[in-house]
Amino acid sequence: MSTDRVVISGAGWVTPLGSDIDGVWQRLLAGEGSIGAIEHFDASTFATRFASQVRDFQLEDFLGERAGRHARSSRATRMALAAANRAWTSAGLGPLEAPEGESQRSPHVDPRRFGMYLGSGEGRMDLDNFARTCVESWSDEDRRLDYEHWAEAAAQYLDVVAELEQEPSMCLAHMAAEFGCRGPVSNCMTACAAGTQAVGEAFEIIRRGDADVMLAGGAHSMIHPLGMTGFIRLTALSTRNDEPETASRPFDATREGFVMGEGAGIVVVESLEHALNRGVTPLAEIVGFGSGADAYRITDIQPEGLGGAAAMSRALEQAGIDPSATDESGRPLVHWVNAHGTGTKENDAIETMAVKHVFGELASKVPFSSVKSVLGHLIQAAGAVELITCVQAIQTGIIPATMNLNTPDPKCDLDHVANEPRDCRAVGGVDVCLSNSFGFGGQNNSICIKRFSA
Amino acid sequence: MPTECVITGIGCVSAVGVGIGPTWEALCSGSSGLRAISAFDASAFPCSVGGEVFEGDTLLSARNYVPKSYRKATKVMARDTQLAVAAAALAVRDAGLVTRESQQDPAEFTYAPEELGCHIGAGLIAAEADEIASAFVTAKDDAGRFSLREWGEHGIGNLQPLWMLKYLPNMLACHVTIIHGAEGPSNTITCSEASGLMSVGESRRIIERGAAKACLSGGIESKVNAMGISRMGLCNRFAEIDSGDPEPWRAIRPYDVEAPGGVPGEGGGIIVLEDAAHANKRGARVYAELAGFGSAHAQMRTLGIATEFDCGMGAPVEEDEGLTDAIQVALRDAGISPDQVDAIIPAASGVRLMDTAELGALERVFGDRLSEIPLAVLTPYVGQLFAGSGAFGLAVGAMMISEQRLPARIHAGRPDGRVLAGASESVGADLRYVVVCTGSLAGQAAAAVLRRPDLE
Repeated sequence: MSTDRVVISGAGWVTPLGSDIDGVWQRLLAGEGSIGAIEHFDASTFATRFASQVRDFQLEDFLGERAGRHARSSRATRMALAAANRAWTSAGLGPLEAPEGESQRSPHVDPRRFGMYLGSGEGRMDLDNFARTCVESWSDEDRRLDYEHWAEAAAQYLDVVAELEQEPSMCLAHMAAEFGCRGPVSNCMTACAAGTQAVGEAFEIIRRGDADVMLAGGAHSMIHPLGMTGFIRLTALSTRNDEPETASRPFDATREGFVMGEGAGIVVVESLEHALNRGVTPLAEIVGFGSGADAYRITDIQPEGLGGAAAMSRALEQAGIDPSATDESGRPLVHWVNAHGTGTKENDAIETMAVKHVFGELASKVPFSSVKSVLGHLIQAAGAVELITCVQAIQTGIIPATMNLNTPDPKCDLDHVANEPRDCRAVGGVDVCLSNSFGFGGQNNSICIKRFSA
Repeated sequence: MPTECVITGIGCVSAVGVGIGPTWEALCSGSSGLRAISAFDASAFPCSVGGEVFEGDTLLSARNYVPKSYRKATKVMARDTQLAVAAAALAVRDAGLVTRESQQDPAEFTYAPEELGCHIGAGLIAAEADEIASAFVTAKDDAGRFSLREWGEHGIGNLQPLWMLKYLPNMLACHVTIIHGAEGPSNTITCSEASGLMSVGESRRIIERGAAKACLSGGIESKVNAMGISRMGLCNRFAEIDSGDPEPWRAIRPYDVEAPGGVPGEGGGIIVLEDAAHANKRGARVYAELAGFGSAHAQMRTLGIATEFDCGMGAPVEEDEGLTDAIQVALRDAGISPDQVDAIIPAASGVRLMDTAELGALERVFGDRLSEIPLAVLTPYVGQLFAGSGAFGLAVGAMMISEQRLPARIHAGRPDGRVLAGASESVGADLRYVVVCTGSLAGQAAAAVLRRPDLE
């Protein structure tokens, strides 16, 4: 038995479509998104007034009484805790029943060999108090802040918990404490690429032998005033306020921006040996991870898609999969490319070029779709949640569709799974998926998973 | 034969200097860089001194560290990014690497773009208060209060379009990859003080598996801004020091039971970590080998936080068990025992809760011998560098091994007798193995073992 094989042995998510794996999957296949008017705050005067929100989420439903200690944790942290709870259970790591004040402890894992790698985002800025501090200490005369006043106002208004919860290490801290991870821990913030990167690096940590089991994934919510502000100012968001439910339209000629989402996705990454020793059947095997940088421009993607192509190529190379090869039936070896597919003009056209760069003449035969058309863009959580859709595609043999793809953009001419899911069971199911996540600023990641077979 | 990783370039920026040369000189002569904060009027803050990065009489600007064509981009760089851009350029030049910074033709680069990785740890970058406040005040309601409705209607448009891009933590690495043409694996780790060391650990993993031949790696942060100081002030991180204090370093007293706290600093370190075989082939100078790395986490109260504040992480601790584990993993990874360690560079924050937990971990790992192992104590020189701290320690550690010398320790108090941290001159020393380690704000811990490169 090879010791460097690494598998996914459990998965959990909290998404705008719900939080049970099968229910969300069914809604995703049916194209039943929940994109609508922003409820988290009064966005009525914002240029974009809708988002893909997680609704009816109560941490108590997942953690019971233990949820109380996380009452002031960030939304991302609470969603991550819930997703991890489900992932833990689905991986058979044991009952969740640690007494209040103590970590969960799996009877199956040595805590020092149990790690965590998250791509969780920063917490929401405490806008009310921050803005109040700024406004009250502004000097109209000098057109700048009076810091003497500011120091006083900040001390009066700012709250230690609200401030600390913004730190991008806090989600990891809460999560590691809750689940008793004492091995290698890390959190990365590579913008929209973080969720994929976190799982990829966890895979590498286990391959190196530094841990047996890791919880990995991402969590993020930027559906708050300054989060929306930042993207509105960048003109990255769809402004289709009159028809939000069809606003996310990756690869369609009429696309004009992405739809902000929120959520968390956590997978249990485990060495195959460890999983088999405790009698667990893996959900899928991680076979390749590629990371790289565009090194092009802060505001633009490398126009030929070379950065994204490099990430995909590296993942496939590590997986030992030749992108130009087919099986005996003429089917490409990659059965689904889960696109980064945000629905911005620039990303989708360039990602198409990247796919062509990697797959050459076969590119038009590799099924390709973006679940962001239904889920929205979960930013730092996107890669992890979408990886779980890849796991589901392998488990069920069905590829989810890019919805709202009614007027295909000629610049995005690939084998789109458009508007209807593609049932691959008749041709042998879905064995290999490649999942892309490309970050603002040019950090690109791609991960390749495969149907598990001993 | 496993791949060895060596440090061939050091770029550090802090209050004691820009580049390893001036930094080392200051550390050996015992001159602290802490003084009254100049970036803004901090006189009304409880702590109004800090460690800022100067070049001559002015705060360092990234403009001197980018090609002419990239100068415009420095306008969308937050302070943290400017510091990272400078540190990366210094590291590259120090290592004698040819990158896109100095050469247009990729064929002339020391390493092909895809062979050069970049891992720069970062913190939560605070929005520049003046910048966002100037927009907030255009969104007031009739009562003069900030109004979300007004914000959506008028305020947002008063921010520069790229406003958010300035503050994403991955911008440190992204600008550096662009400037140097580094298309290899890239990441941005955000684990507070442990970010820098973790980034270096990740770079090593990547070089080991052949995914890059060299990496620009480290961590940088600046908390010398109104929001950073307010935020960390709420966490009881800082001593109360008046801007008129002529010797603010005297208040920074790591491991002293009467230590009043730390001060905000800025900067950190970026190193060139290189596959030893390739470094040797190009005849690079090797400061030190990165022989071991470990990271861990322990359930514990968030370090350095007000005692009444409980993040749901249990009681204050006598030992940061995460740090204990991280150091032990790193030593095992390096294949050495604690007895072989010749010097330690800990966080030594001067914040009592943190010092106590750190000391507990060091004592657990090194036992009675701890009181004989010299420490390099950097906070009285540069303040707290947060995401930059571990990487700054690593830069100094590499220089210590290269120079076979301990920097001077400046300490105006009485450190705990269990640890060798009191004032001392810089002295020559036989340094074969140096441990650099840190716990962090939220409980992550990391440790690295540096090794003298000529050891068999």
